[in-house]
Parts: sequence; structure tokens; C-alpha cells
Amino acid sequence: MPDAVFAQAIGMCSAVLLLSAVLLVWRRAQVSALPLLALQGLVLAALVAVMGIQQGSPELLAIAALVALFKGIAIPLALARSARGEFGGAPLINTATSLIAMAALTALAYAVSSPLDALGSGPTIQAIPIGIALVLFGFLLLVTGRHAIAQLIGFLVIDNGTATVAILSSGGVPIIVELGVFLDVLLVILILYVLTGRIQDEYGNADLDDLTELHD
Amino acid sequence: MSATAASLAFIQIVVMVLLTPLLIGLIRQVRSLLEGRAGAGVLQPWRDIRKLFGKEPLRAPGMSWVQAVGPVVLATSSLLLCALIPLVGTVAFPLIPDDLFVVVGVLLVGTVALALVGLDTGTAFGGMGSSRHMMIAALVEPTVLVAIYALSVPIGSSALSQIVNSKIESPVTVASPVSLLVLVALSIAVIAETSRMPVDNPATHLELTMVHEAMVLESSGRDLAWLELGSWLRLGALLGLIGSLAIPWGLAVEIAPIPLLVGSIMLTIKLTVLGCILAIVEVFLAKLRLFRVPELLAGSFVLALLAVTASYLTVPA
Repeated sequence: MPDAVFAQAIGMCSAVLLLSAVLLVWRRAQVSALPLLALQGLVLAALVAVMGIQQGSPELLAIAALVALFKGIAIPLALARSARGEFGGAPLINTATSLIAMAALTALAYAVSSPLDALGSGPTIQAIPIGIALVLFGFLLLVTGRHAIAQLIGFLVIDNGTATVAILSSGGVPIIVELGVFLDVLLVILILYVLTGRIQDEYGNADLDDLTELHD
Repeated sequence: MSATAASLAFIQIVVMVLLTPLLIGLIRQVRSLLEGRAGAGVLQPWRDIRKLFGKEPLRAPGMSWVQAVGPVVLATSSLLLCALIPLVGTVAFPLIPDDLFVVVGVLLVGTVALALVGLDTGTAFGGMGSSRHMMIAALVEPTVLVAIYALSVPIGSSALSQIVNSKIESPVTVASPVSLLVLVALSIAVIAETSRMPVDNPATHLELTMVHEAMVLESSGRDLAWLELGSWLRLGALLGLIGSLAIPWGLAVEIAPIPLLVGSIMLTIKLTVLGCILAIVEVFLAKLRLFRVPELLAGSFVLALLAVTASYLTVPA
């Protein structure tokens, strides 16, 4: 792949990641957040695939296929099945405030990643702050979400962010480590998924404000 | 140099005046067809505007000169916008720079003229429409400024013709992250600025929800014709700007008959495609509550801001 095309592909993927994260925070209380999550997973897979083609490594291509399968299709589908309509109560801070907070978090991500300039100035290094911004967005979603599924989405965005940083900074970690982390995340998602279902069956909804007191 | 630039400006104005009523007719026709109505035909806006120009304006006693001057100011500012934005070709003007800030300033002059026309009649609906319009304008202008500023960072110039020129020269930058974020932000801003669907319903007959229509309720005859033509030209010019930034190829970089012809045809195609997309999207949207409009515009502003951050990031070291 020519360098200019590679730079374009990396730039485009990271831009769509950022765009999908912004739209995700925007629409997080609605079911339309799940297609955005799927889009983010697919773009992450595309990013891994671009790195794989550039380095000519079949391992990365296999990881890309796995990421597309799980993050792009399986997890959003599972969440969509358990969501059933709106995600309950409004988030703790309103949308306009959280959008402005996102702008501030992006600036923060760029500020803290300035030491990364020491790694060089390729297109992959320049896109790392976007991964860090994704992690911060995920924390924002986790902290301000009221509903179990909204928090799960936040958790997944954090995971997407760390995966982005890993793939961009080191060209991907060894496949064993990658698979280990991947299975960990999958396990956590499944546990949370089952837990959410139980909460929903027990209380009728999964609004976490109802879980502040202990019951017999 | 100034003669060629003037001729380009003249051509752009003529093409836009011919095209925009057809664009509006196309948007209405596509909407009608999708909603299962027959529609009035693509030429209906032309017929309307011809009829209105032939009628004398009726002005209530107590209306001031603003009622007569405002519509002409709006139309003039829109014509100036058509001349300044690189729609058919990209030639810089020596006298009036086609600078980003000049363009946004001209846009704002038209907005204020329209709001004054709405206020001048002293009716409740006119004032309500004007105040809503100014609120939206205050939220939209920063987005437009910041979004195009993001495109101007790598080039080092805020002249629109140079931005588009550099895109023609290096097609790689057309698909960059900055362009993507800017186009999304700019599209939302343009839809809000020209009173299109999620922000204002252009086909409404319910005064309480109107924004643009409320301001022109009391105008009639020639006044209304100028107001309508001015608003349509604004929509056409801003859609053309999005088209030029998204697909810069085909724009004339020199003043010669063939490039100008190609540029005009490309502009027609781009406006047709954008008009159809706008109409199709509008059919599937419900009007947003007025108090949720700032949320939408805050979102577009954040996207523009992210574009600026990303543009500083991707400057080649």
C-alpha cells in the first residue's frame, strides 16, 4: 500500500471512530446508539485490517475479522436484544453539557499525548490521541449513564479506545495477548449482559438509581 | 485580472439565479412524490416568483422604510454570497476578498435584514420568528466559522477559493478526517441557517412553530418576491459551498468557455444530488422541539471544534 493511501486510510478510520463516539454520546439514551456502537466496532476492525495489510501480517487480518465479528455484529446484537426500547432515565448531565465536555476531553487527550511525539511523526502516531480520547469518552459515558446498558456501552467504548491505542502505537500486541484481552472483555460483557437481564426481570427496568439500597 | 474575476462573479450569479428556483422546485417535488402527492412541478417556484414580482406590495400603515429596504438587502447579500463562494470556478477577487470572514459577514447581513423585516410589522408572530431566527443564527455562525477555519489551517489562508484550489491540486485531502468532520458540522449548520427540516418546517401552516415563515407573514408582492428569492439563493449558495468542498473537481480554475461550461454543469449536478438528498432526509425527519435545537447546534459546533483539533494534528511535520 502506498504511504499516502495508508496515511489517508488511518486518518479516515480514526476520524470515523471519533465521529461515531461523538454521535454515541449524543444519542446514548436511545436504541440508535447500538448501530453506532456496531459502526465503531467495524471501523476498529477496518483499522486493524489496514495495519495488517501495511505490515503484511496475516495475524492482524485474523484479529480484524474477529473484531468485526464480535464488536461489529455479535455484541451490538446481544445488547439490542436485551435493551427492548429506550434505555430508561435520562443521563446525569444533559446532552449539550456532555458534548462540550467531549470537546474538552479531546483537547485533554491531545495535551497528554504530546510526549508521544518522541515516537516519531507517522500517521499512526498522530492518530493515537484519538484512541486516548475514546477512553476518556468511555469514562464519561460510564460516570454519567444511569442505565445498565448505557454503562455497558461506556465500557465497550473504553475497550475500543485501548484497542485503538494498542494497535496504533505498537502495530498490535502479540496475538496471544490480544486474544486473552479479547476473551476477558467478552466474558465481562456476557456477565454484565446476564446481570442486566436479571435486574430487568427483577425490577422491570435496569435503572441503576433503584439499586442504591439493600433489600432482604 | 479584475475583469476576469468580475465575469466569473457575473456568471455565477446568473447561473445561481436560474438554478435555485429550480432547486427549490426539485426539493418540493421530490418531497411530494415521496409523500404520495402529485406535486406542483419543478417549475412552480419560477411561476410563483414571476407572479409575485408583478404584484404591488401591500404595507400596513405604520410600517417603516425597513419593510421596503430589508427584502432588497437580503436579496443583495445573497447575490453577493453567490458571487463570493467558489461555485462555478475558483478565481480570487482582487477588490473584495472571498475570505471566510467576509462570507460569514455577508451571510449575517442577510440574516439581520430578514429579522428586521419580521420585527418591523410589529405583529406577535413576526417578532417571535425574528427572535428565534437570531437565536439560531447566533449558534450557527460560530460553527460555520470554526468549520471552515479547520480547512484553512493546513493551507495557511482563509480565502475560500484557495481552500478549494488546494483540494483540486491534492485530491488526497478530500477524504481526510478533517474534511469528514467539517462536512458533517457544516451540513447541520447550513440546514439550521436556511430554516430546513429538523430546525424549521418550510411547509408548515401552524404559526406557533414557524421560524422563517413567521418573519415573512406580513410581506406581500415584490417584497415577498425579494425575500423568497434571497432565501432560496442562500440555500443554493450554501449547498453549493458544501458541494465544492466535498467534490471540488470540475470547478473552473481559469476563465475560458469550456471550463466554465463544465463548472456550471458540475454545479447543476451537485445541486441536484444535494437537493434530492435533502428532500429525502427531510421526509423521514420530524421537526425538533425549539428547546432541543441548541443541542443539535452544540453537537455540530463540537464536531467543528474536533475538526480544528484534528487539523492541527495532521499538519505534516
